[in-house]
Amino acid sequence: MTSRIERPLSPHLQVYRWTLTMAMSVLHRATGAALYAGTILMAWGLLAAAAGPTGFATFKAFIGSWFGLLVLFGYTWALVYHLLSGIRHLIWDLGYGFGAQERFALSRLAAIGSVVLTLAIWVVGFAVGGVR
Amino acid sequence: MSKASGHMRTDLGKVRFRGAAGSGTAHFWQQRVTAVGIGLLAIPVLVIIVMLLGRNHAATVQILGAPLVAILMALFVIASAWHMKLGMQVIIEDYVHNEKLKLAAILANQFFSFAVGVVSLYAILKLTSGV
Repeated sequence: MTSRIERPLSPHLQVYRWTLTMAMSVLHRATGAALYAGTILMAWGLLAAAAGPTGFATFKAFIGSWFGLLVLFGYTWALVYHLLSGIRHLIWDLGYGFGAQERFALSRLAAIGSVVLTLAIWVVGFAVGGVR
Repeated sequence: MSKASGHMRTDLGKVRFRGAAGSGTAHFWQQRVTAVGIGLLAIPVLVIIVMLLGRNHAATVQILGAPLVAILMALFVIASAWHMKLGMQVIIEDYVHNEKLKLAAILANQFFSFAVGVVSLYAILKLTSGV
């Protein structure tokens, strides 16, 4: 039997200095997983509307509570972030945006854009929904 | 023959079982197709949700039951359920290394994603025919 040859191994994630693209990659996966769980809310909402006024009232009471609003706000951001970050990935899939500057600009645009768009959606949401 | 590339496998052999996953690039491609679909549906769905804010039950049913709204919501639900099944499968395959546990997780993911999709579609169809 030959003894085991000690070949150099590729370093794993934790040895690298954190970069924006790296953090966003982790966040893309994390928001994806959060949205996965959040689809229960979508299914519940649709089912509640289809069930009738009583079921719908229960759903509205949850969504309208401070906890429900917090979850919904987090869900909005996760959705917008995953969408913008995903568009960034599609641009990369087409072979564009790999330059050092472009890569950073795309990532910053998606990160800042997700916060701005989320706030805009909630401002519009309250402006429209508040009057009814 | 692919002798020139220096590999033992022939070109046919490489294609026949389509790589380690056994399904070639199907997973990758479906992930992108559903992503583009969701991207296109994002604005219409957002408009629908804003339209629903603050509405009572009767008005909500009327909006969700409208043909165009129901069709857009159904497309969104199908694309989302499919997209999330694919995405969660990648996460499972990356982190769950125990074969039996991995199989169980992949099955659970498949069932959950389909259940969310079917429940949502059932509700949409019920809403179009009046509650």
